[in-house]
Amino acid sequence: MRTLELDADGWGDHRAGQHLDVRLTAEDGYQAERSYSIASAPGEPLAITVERLEDGEVSPYLVDEVRNGDVFEVRGPIGGYFVWDGDEPEPVLLIAGGAGVVPLAAIARQRARVGSKAPMRLLYSSRSWKDVIYRDQLETFGIELVYTLTREQPPDWKGYARRIDDELLSEVAFPAAESPRVYVCGSTHFVDAAADGLVRLGYDPMWVRTERFGATG
Amino acid sequence: MNIISRGFRGRGRDGPPDRVPPGQYLTDDFPVLSAGPTPHTPLEEWTFEIRGGGEPVRWTWEELQALPSEEVTKDIHCVTKWSKLDTLWQGVSVDTLLEAADSDAAYALAFCDGGYTTNLPIEDLTDGKAWVAYNYGGEPLEPEHGGPARLLVPHLYFWKSAKWVRGLQLLDEDEPGFWEQNGYHIRGDPWLEQRYWGD
Repeated sequence: MRTLELDADGWGDHRAGQHLDVRLTAEDGYQAERSYSIASAPGEPLAITVERLEDGEVSPYLVDEVRNGDVFEVRGPIGGYFVWDGDEPEPVLLIAGGAGVVPLAAIARQRARVGSKAPMRLLYSSRSWKDVIYRDQLETFGIELVYTLTREQPPDWKGYARRIDDELLSEVAFPAAESPRVYVCGSTHFVDAAADGLVRLGYDPMWVRTERFGATG
Repeated sequence: MNIISRGFRGRGRDGPPDRVPPGQYLTDDFPVLSAGPTPHTPLEEWTFEIRGGGEPVRWTWEELQALPSEEVTKDIHCVTKWSKLDTLWQGVSVDTLLEAADSDAAYALAFCDGGYTTNLPIEDLTDGKAWVAYNYGGEPLEPEHGGPARLLVPHLYFWKSAKWVRGLQLLDEDEPGFWEQNGYHIRGDPWLEQRYWGD
């Protein structure tokens, strides 16, 4: 994973949860475009966090090759649904699978930025502690953090150690009666498991917003 | 003027250019992207309805299955940049369904389980351009891909091929659907790269 800070001419502002499109042009004119969630909250320097996909076409370039001073085209911000502005009091449950934490971290930063008192909880599923990204920053957001490490745990780990299931959700999720807003982000399988589980817990599907990272390389 | 990205080589042209629209890459996968949880409506409760042409016209699941259907092979293009060539579908042509509705409305708004909507001009739904599809790859369409039935409109970006479709509301004026209200282009022609507002 690599976080790139972008200095974009003419960039307006964006809302937490949105993404942008990157377009790369090779010398022979060949172009490739991909979307990346915006890691920064509105008002912060624009940044994206890119996960390097083994057989990706764009992510290996962005993670391995790009240096200070390099230029490429960006377009955005895009997306009006998977966003949270911080002007509603309802509790917010953020559920992240791996790299899915990127737009959710932006939402957490937005909460701090606008001084919202809405209860916010991040359930972050990762393979191991070393795969957790933004590890140090997350503690500074002032939100509740619940980790589940699915493959490998540190020796004194007392937290969850399995994939999200209905029991885990029932222990972590806000009661459905509080009309929580939910944002789930990760791979399709991860999102389906979490979203279906929440619906079984009585959550209104209209308030479960999902962003699925279909593998775009 | 294009900004050249230093050191970027890419995979090179991927697939025949007359089949891969600008900005797209080919995949053998079938990625799933949707805004919310997957709805599950039992077939006994499922209906497809066309509203706005006088009396609403409605088909149950059995009635839909009994209509003449076609098997078609189409290329599909998602606004998130992936394209998949030669996908196999089976379904009922929207022409067949619209004939029963007898209307001269200019626009339609597809409505779906879970609340999704998408709008199309009638011309994009007629003359063999659109289907209500219930089989994919020779098998019943899975819920994560829009099953039991989805709209299939392959000449436009795939967000117009509304998953979990339950009907068409016929309208005299165009009315933006879900993604069209959330930053995406009102029409979505992949060959003109009409992804977002302002394209």
